[in-house]
Amino acid sequence: MAETLNQKQNFLKGILKENPVFVMLLGMCPTLGVTSSAFNGLGMGMATLFVLLMSNIVVSLIKAQVPAKVRIPAFIVIIASFVTVVEMVLEAYIPFLYEQLGIFIPLIVVNCLILGRAEAFASKNNLVSSIVDALGMGAGFVLALTALGATREILGNGSIFEFKFVPEDASTLILFILPPGAFIALAYLAIFFNRLTRNMA
Amino acid sequence: MKKKESTLVNMVVVLFAITLAAGLTLGFVNDLTLAPKARARLAKKLSALQHVLPPFDNDPVSGIIRIGTPTAKDSIELYPAFQEGSFAGAAVTGVSEKGYSGLIKIMVGFQPDGRINNIEVLEQKETPGLGTKMKGEAFLRQFRGKNPETFDMRAKKDGGAVDALAGATITTRAFAEAAQQAYDAFTEHKDTLAKPHN
Repeated sequence: MAETLNQKQNFLKGILKENPVFVMLLGMCPTLGVTSSAFNGLGMGMATLFVLLMSNIVVSLIKAQVPAKVRIPAFIVIIASFVTVVEMVLEAYIPFLYEQLGIFIPLIVVNCLILGRAEAFASKNNLVSSIVDALGMGAGFVLALTALGATREILGNGSIFEFKFVPEDASTLILFILPPGAFIALAYLAIFFNRLTRNMA
Repeated sequence: MKKKESTLVNMVVVLFAITLAAGLTLGFVNDLTLAPKARARLAKKLSALQHVLPPFDNDPVSGIIRIGTPTAKDSIELYPAFQEGSFAGAAVTGVSEKGYSGLIKIMVGFQPDGRINNIEVLEQKETPGLGTKMKGEAFLRQFRGKNPETFDMRAKKDGGAVDALAGATITTRAFAEAAQQAYDAFTEHKDTLAKPHN
């Protein structure tokens, strides 16, 4: 019973207390770069979740065999391989998303969230805990990117998930689609999120 | 968790094993996705063709003509369309590198007499909400049914007949250049295109 309770906390920490985007401010490059729409945010989040899950699984399984001095190169090779797999699969089966995310797919490799979890968690914990950790952190990342993408899309384009609720020639706050708007939206969402979770704790 | 001690031999062996496994996995996935990737690219091309061309019943991709361009590295592609054996028009790609953020690539569908049937934007990196409105109905509507021979595709402020996109004059100019390039290629190669190729 204590074990399952721990896993629940392990999962929830990635979404709330240690949310990678709003609390730890990790992986800012994709966070700011691709979230011009809710769909892009969701797609990037899911791709990252997959890579994080697979790398946590493999790192956790081979942790006893990897000499400490070469663990970082070993982790990077593992992560880069899964990212390349994701890139090839997206190009083959979801070409629309592949075009939208563009250069940000290969850049998942350098998302410090993934290497961070491999080094700080998966290399020290067992397989089940590592999977739960990856799912929690990944879910936190997906939720944060989707929320940021949705905010920017609503304000900047007058639509949500491509569903327009303003006329085509209406003037929207284009600032929020452009890069500076990403910083502004992220800052306000982070304030809001931290306010909310502090009261909960 | 006790860390494994690092000796030269085990470091080399472990890294070799990991990179070997990674290489094999990637080769395997690459083989697996090669055909679907080609299919996805073809499907995209076909859907663009269907969108811009009048009704047709041949395979325009098999009759493709490629010609080099002086301005862009890309070549112009011309796809002839036939309906029941008679020439129904052609889809022609046009590119311009004068977009606000570089390359703009469009596909223009022409009817046999040179009138524009429809236009689709294939590639662009323009400013969201400004330049990207060239994909919008309000902008593209201006071109449908017009013959570039009599219809000046430049923006009104450049002496043409097109209402420029608000806040995106540069995009409009690049679009006009790409469309003009497509039309020039169409008129030049129309006779070759209209010949049945089977």
